[in-house]
Amino acid sequence: MTTKSFTKDALIKAADGLRKSYRVFVPVKVGKFHEFKLFEDGDKPDFEYRKTRKSPKGLIFPQSERMLEYSIDEHKPDHHIMKESPKDYSPQVVFGIRPYDAMSFKVMDVNFDTEDYKDPWWIKRYAATTLVGICRNDLDSKMFATENFSGPYDIRGLDVALYDLGDKYIAKSLTEKGEKALAAMGGNDVSAAELAAIEKLTPDTNAPQAAPTDKIKEKVVNDLFDSTMWEDIANGCINCGACTFLCPTCWCFDIQDEIHKREGDRLRIWDSCMFPLYTLHASGHNPRGKKVQRVRNRFMHKIKYYLDKYEKGIMCVGCGRCVEACPVNIDIRRVCELMNNFTK
Amino acid sequence: MIDKSMNPFLPYPVKIDEIITETGDHSLKTFKLVFLNKEDEEKFTFIPGQFCELSIPGKGEIPIGIASSPTEKGYLLFTVQKMGVVSGYLHSMKPGDIMGVRGPLGNWYPWDKMEGKNIVIIGGGCAFSTLRSSIVYIRAPENRKKFKQVTAVYGARCLDLLLYCDKLDEWKAGDDIDMHVTVDAIKDEETWRPEWHCNVGFVPSIVKEKVTSPADSIVIICGPPAMLKFTMPVLKDVGFTPEQIYLSLENRMKCGIGMCGRCNVGGKLVCKDGPVFSLAELGELPNET
Repeated sequence: MTTKSFTKDALIKAADGLRKSYRVFVPVKVGKFHEFKLFEDGDKPDFEYRKTRKSPKGLIFPQSERMLEYSIDEHKPDHHIMKESPKDYSPQVVFGIRPYDAMSFKVMDVNFDTEDYKDPWWIKRYAATTLVGICRNDLDSKMFATENFSGPYDIRGLDVALYDLGDKYIAKSLTEKGEKALAAMGGNDVSAAELAAIEKLTPDTNAPQAAPTDKIKEKVVNDLFDSTMWEDIANGCINCGACTFLCPTCWCFDIQDEIHKREGDRLRIWDSCMFPLYTLHASGHNPRGKKVQRVRNRFMHKIKYYLDKYEKGIMCVGCGRCVEACPVNIDIRRVCELMNNFTK
Repeated sequence: MIDKSMNPFLPYPVKIDEIITETGDHSLKTFKLVFLNKEDEEKFTFIPGQFCELSIPGKGEIPIGIASSPTEKGYLLFTVQKMGVVSGYLHSMKPGDIMGVRGPLGNWYPWDKMEGKNIVIIGGGCAFSTLRSSIVYIRAPENRKKFKQVTAVYGARCLDLLLYCDKLDEWKAGDDIDMHVTVDAIKDEETWRPEWHCNVGFVPSIVKEKVTSPADSIVIICGPPAMLKFTMPVLKDVGFTPEQIYLSLENRMKCGIGMCGRCNVGGKLVCKDGPVFSLAELGELPNET
């Protein structure tokens, strides 16, 4: 473990310096919102941001990704035979990620890297990614703590933690990948006083409170499923899907073929369980044709099925994006509470 | 399961060797597929009950049960109903065309539990495909001695819609399985008549007549929802427990390997945890099929 100190200006230079050996993604303000983008000449990273509107999950799990390619031109000897699309897996750094977003990759990893099947794209890109994250007491009121994110100084998902001491950052490497990135970042040696200062950092009174989920494990799936609370929860939902697209832990995807002239691609695209097409059979039958069924499935997946299957807490890092974005104020914290307090 | 060294999204290239139009209304065709590469064929080992994603470049993929048996070497059979974008296009393809197969996927009928037992096979309509695979597998000389009495009930709406008529002839002629075929009604306009006795009646009533004891038996069943709904009480009345009955489910699928999310029934993914579930397992899952 290495520690280094950076003034706020020096941190921007350090991120810039990393571009020699990594593709570096940084938070920048675009219009009213922050988003992660590839650090290019002229960009102004803003490490003082609180939350990006869209989570950075797309840097490892792109919103649209070419998986396979093929030709349907019968004059070609390998027509209609699918091949993996070439990819760039050169090392990348997500510089300035917040710890909850970093943790979301660990929450999703269990889906893509399993004993039986390995998603090659996810695995290679996650392995090529170094997460350099900012720990600061500025989490907002929509956020909440879960087993997968306990507060601003929860560094479990990070490779390098950057502790904000007001006028400077203290960087601490946490993994081998982080060690390598920090070595390339430079920085000043850390004084004993600075070390002591980061040891003393604790979540302030504004830090997110936990949503109650401690009793959900013991509930029977079918009891929760059959509850009448779902009608109430889903009542206002307009099935816009904003919650699922902004969620850093939603991993559902669609697979589609596209042909351009005689050349084709098989693409993977984010999908949403909020849409009726997601489960529509070719016959016209739809096991989740009603809104309430889809809303129930989303919360049951996140808060019950995931918890039971992996025993790694609920499928949520408490970022609060779905709470902010929901046009009808559906609040996952309330759903956690309802599920936790549910009695048959 | 897909060979672990492979990218699980990459289909094996195959060629359509033969297309058999199964039904009088042309809505069901069986596609005989052969691997383009010998080494792919060797890697592809499956167990009856499993399915594949049939992959058509430019159109997409559909999950279809494997209708051939592992004992039928050198090819794979898939019976496909013309229904959506991919199956509709597949029905327009011709022998010699190249496409892909991704699999084998999912679990299988409980062959370890079925060994040494009486087997009851119940199928209806186009869902008979993996049961065809199972019957061929059971009847193979190296396998038949592993099972006691085998009773099969297969029903379709009419004679024109019966699948695998060559096999039905063979199974009815043999004495190694007790094969019962039924149709809802025999229509005058249907010209084809089988050489063997065909029952007239719905599957549940034929099951009631032919399956009389649950002793030392396992039931594997696959069919349309109405058939399942009315057959289950019959089996219960005979005395079968939910642990003795295995069903094969279907749901909309994309990845087939438990990642894309859509085919779940409660916490189980039909593509990876299924498609075969015991009635006892299903009882613990939410009712959302």
